Amino acid sequence: MSGANDPFDPKQVAALSPEALDTAVREGVAAFTAAADLDQLAAARPAHLGDRGPVLLARRELGALPPAARKDAGQRVNTARVALTEAYDARLAVLSAERDERVLAEERVDVTLPSDRAPVGARHPLTTIQDRIADIFVGMGYEIAEGPELESEWLNFDALNTGPDHPARSLADTFFVAPEGSGLVLRTHTSPVQARTMLERTPPIYVVAPGRVFRTDELDATHTPVFHQVEGLAIDRGLTMAHLRGTLEALAKALFGPGSEIRWRPHFFPFTEPSAEFDVWFPEHRDGPQWVEWGGCGMVNPRVLVACGLDPEEFGGFAFGMGIERALQFRHGVSDMHDIVEGDVRFTRAFGVEQ
Amino acid sequence: MKVPISWLSQHVDLPAGTGVEELDAAFVRQGLEVEEVLTVPPTTGPLVVGRVLEIEELTGFKKPIRYCRVDVGNEVPQGIVCGARNFAVGDLVVVALPGAVLPGDFAIAARTTYDHVSDGMICSSRELGVGDDHDGILVLGTDGPAPGTPAGGLLGLDDVVFDLEVTTDRGYCMAIRGVAREVAAALGAPWQDPAATTPPAWSGDPAWTVEVEDPQRCDRFSMIAMQGLDPAAPSPWWLRRRLTRSGVRSISLAVDVTNYVMLELGQPMHAFDRDAVRGPVVVRTARPGERVTTLDGVDRALDADDLLITDESGPIGLAGVMGGASTEISGSTTAVLLEAAHWEPAGIGRGVRRHKLPSEAAKRFERGTDPDVTVVALARAAELLAEYGGATVVGGVVDVDTRGPRPEIVLPVSRPQAVAGIPIDADTVIDALRTVGCTVVPAGAQLTVTPPSWRPDLTDPADLVEEVVRAVGYDEIPGVLPTVPPGRGLTPGQRRRRSVGRALADAGYTEAPAYPFVGPAALTALGLPTEGLLTLRNPLSDEEPALRTSLLPGLLATLARNLGRGQRDLAVFEVGVVFLPGDGAAAPLPPVDRRPDDATLAALLGAVPAQPWHVGTVLTGLREPRGHWGPGRAADWADAVQAARTVAAAAGVELTVRAGDRLPWHPGRCAELLVEGVVVGHAGELHPRVCAALELPPRTCAMELDLDALPERAVAQGPAISSFPPVHTDLALSVPAGTPAADVESALRAGSGELLEDLRLFDVYTGSQAGEGQKSLAYALTFRAPDRTLTRAEVAEAVSAALASAAAVGAVQRA
Repeated sequence: MSGANDPFDPKQVAALSPEALDTAVREGVAAFTAAADLDQLAAARPAHLGDRGPVLLARRELGALPPAARKDAGQRVNTARVALTEAYDARLAVLSAERDERVLAEERVDVTLPSDRAPVGARHPLTTIQDRIADIFVGMGYEIAEGPELESEWLNFDALNTGPDHPARSLADTFFVAPEGSGLVLRTHTSPVQARTMLERTPPIYVVAPGRVFRTDELDATHTPVFHQVEGLAIDRGLTMAHLRGTLEALAKALFGPGSEIRWRPHFFPFTEPSAEFDVWFPEHRDGPQWVEWGGCGMVNPRVLVACGLDPEEFGGFAFGMGIERALQFRHGVSDMHDIVEGDVRFTRAFGVEQ
Repeated sequence: MKVPISWLSQHVDLPAGTGVEELDAAFVRQGLEVEEVLTVPPTTGPLVVGRVLEIEELTGFKKPIRYCRVDVGNEVPQGIVCGARNFAVGDLVVVALPGAVLPGDFAIAARTTYDHVSDGMICSSRELGVGDDHDGILVLGTDGPAPGTPAGGLLGLDDVVFDLEVTTDRGYCMAIRGVAREVAAALGAPWQDPAATTPPAWSGDPAWTVEVEDPQRCDRFSMIAMQGLDPAAPSPWWLRRRLTRSGVRSISLAVDVTNYVMLELGQPMHAFDRDAVRGPVVVRTARPGERVTTLDGVDRALDADDLLITDESGPIGLAGVMGGASTEISGSTTAVLLEAAHWEPAGIGRGVRRHKLPSEAAKRFERGTDPDVTVVALARAAELLAEYGGATVVGGVVDVDTRGPRPEIVLPVSRPQAVAGIPIDADTVIDALRTVGCTVVPAGAQLTVTPPSWRPDLTDPADLVEEVVRAVGYDEIPGVLPTVPPGRGLTPGQRRRRSVGRALADAGYTEAPAYPFVGPAALTALGLPTEGLLTLRNPLSDEEPALRTSLLPGLLATLARNLGRGQRDLAVFEVGVVFLPGDGAAAPLPPVDRRPDDATLAALLGAVPAQPWHVGTVLTGLREPRGHWGPGRAADWADAVQAARTVAAAAGVELTVRAGDRLPWHPGRCAELLVEGVVVGHAGELHPRVCAALELPPRTCAMELDLDALPERAVAQGPAISSFPPVHTDLALSVPAGTPAADVESALRAGSGELLEDLRLFDVYTGSQAGEGQKSLAYALTFRAPDRTLTRAEVAEAVSAALASAAAVGAVQRA
């Protein structure tokens, strides 16, 4: 090493000679290139690019050169350093990529292995269809009304223009609560919610009431003693059968597709007059597009309005009701009522949490 | 109501080209639901009328056999072997000749049987598919078409029958007369009313003495007497055929004629054996202790509400429901009393249900018959009995008629269009009402309408509106959406039930709503009370007469059913109501001509027992399945408690838990669930005895809570989120083994102060290292300040405070 102020010719400083620098670069590049992995590369770095590597040691000698020679030598040192650094970085990039590729390959898993660590549940389709129908009506501005399953006889029958001698009010059709004369039944339809609503609210009334109802049928493939209906009621000034049809059409299209339609057949219900049964045209039916019987409807019988304290000269409206099991049967191709009521998880899971 | 087209077309001039489809559409349009269209199964090949010329009785076989020579229009009579005995020489019969194929692919060929060649077959109704009668062969009578005439048309083989469901308000459609009226209206076709006849003016004094004691329930009672009836005279084939096609069995001429008139005119009739009736006929209600033996041979105790036809001997018939045995027509009856009456419908209905006697006659009386046609019906029957039975009417008609004038209905002429929502002019309204038989008197903007005698259902303006709209056509009304005022969406309770159901489904539970019926067996197995429940008077099963107060019996039954079907890992839930007995007060039945007064309404609503919504869950087997991640995890009590926490989170309420003891749960593994200090339910492992009694797997777990007892969800407030770093620290505490972890946690939280962000119990150790009577609880605590980075000193101070607080429940920091 030379003293700082010795006036040497730079060519005489061996470390700064072009030959020495070329050698240092050549050896460094060779060492980096020869590194087979990142560890070897890291091990090779100090000898060539570290503080004690030939290039950095040469740089220290620059200060000993006369100013005229310093510039030229400095450029040579810098060029050598850049060449080495580039060689190092290039090799580092190659080796890093190789390592990443190897590690990712090693970490490969079988993504087709089961992933169902959490058990899967479901809501019953009777629930989800009721929710969906409720949502359709809420979207139209209706509210969801409710009434008890165990209901007063008066609300289930009398208020709905179904007198004491009506055949439905017999032990053969209706579940009566003990003792005789309790005045209580398991509701045979969701229609008592109509009466409750009219007694509780003032028009305009637009409600639907989904719920569970009861009749003394034995369970078989097409009957169940416990089943579900959705009741609708609109009481306002100036409501007509056209409004009833429009409402049912809107429901049908929302639930059964835009190609669905409504057909009416004159019928009899004590609590509506005129009354009709209605069919829906279901284009997606499993057995091909067809009319399917779905429910009953009509204009609220003025006698019902009177029993509930509304003036039939001022207010009128319509009511409708349909079976949820029925909708489930044809909308989803369910043929046996047992499957709907028995709570077999295999059945319910097929419907997920939403319908 | 079965309606053969051939019978209908006798009264309606069906337009050319009216086929099954057009009629079907017409019925639907009029509101007569077509249940079934019945066609006769096809017969092909030669089927002809034959006349029996000779009968040779064959002997020496196991049963009597006849070899007959039958004229089928050929020169040589046909030789036919026949096993039936209900025919004689000279009778006309139906012969299937070789080559014919009867319903059921029954091919007829010449064959040798009973040592004779049988060259065809003499047919029964059933073999021809036109009836169920197989007691003998079909005898057409002695007069009729010439032998060799094709028999197909004669038998009505091409006659389609519509089976109609008639709604309870439309009794008049329980007859050809009413159906013809409807079909004519639907098709715009002319028709002839079979009741539009004038009965003969029978001369003489009334044939019998009749007194009606209860004119409210019988406002018309008509009767004639006939004698000289040939008891052996058969019903003519055409009449039997119509009865058969209408679903009525042929019995004897007198009975067949009354049934025929009922089907034609809608007026049920009864024929008494005149010689068996003792003295005057009195229509009255039953007296205490009276009994009657009805035609079905049943001896019946009578109720004071039963309306009877009586004579001096006592009851001889349940009015409008069923005749009595003592005056029944027999095989030797030659003199009859024919009765046709109009009964008050509701009373008939009560009688039918009381005696469980739903007869064809009662079906019509219960819906309301036409009081105008009693004598017309008697005349029609008399005509048929005279023609086919040789009977003659003796004496004059008895006609006790106490009917008042029919009520008028005032109908604003604009009402139908106001209800329908489409223009309907006055002429259309009046035409429609007249078509159904009303008398209409226009008076300005109103119509005074008198409904016809056969339409007791038309009592209100709304009933008339329906008739008008039906005439216009329901499907002429277009759909228009009403303008609905804005609604408020789902109620909090409705949203809660949805959220809870969805949360449980997301947590792996499957919804399974069960019937609400329970019985002592299941309740006893669960250790639930069997007394004091609401019960049904007429349960489906006597085993399950009560209404549930808990969802668990149904859920556990569902669990058992699924286990029985091979499932092993199950988690099931139900959101449903339970029925809590009230004070037992009866619900009143106030009149319906006005709104009940407030007190009555309150009594009415108050008598309805409380029916809160519950949620229940049951689970068994593995809660988490085994897989490549491990052996799976069995469901345990904590899952049941977690189900409650899932419910509470979905409902937006804070749930706390403490030890409970309540059946059907394990006394040491039952959690009491509280919200705001109120017990809302229980969760945990079922009592081993319950699992054993219900044959459920050991350690089956359950949860049930009262959704309606939960307070409404509070409006959540947004928390301040600190961006300063947290400090995590773990604490190991030694506490007495009996100390609930919840108490320790509460104490730690209370002591830590506001800097505590999170606290979690991450380990529980109860082994020997924990010390005698002690357990070790390890907590991870996170501290964070909203406005600064915490210093070590601050955290140390908070931890010390937490430990000091926990010391109060016996917790000591482990070294």
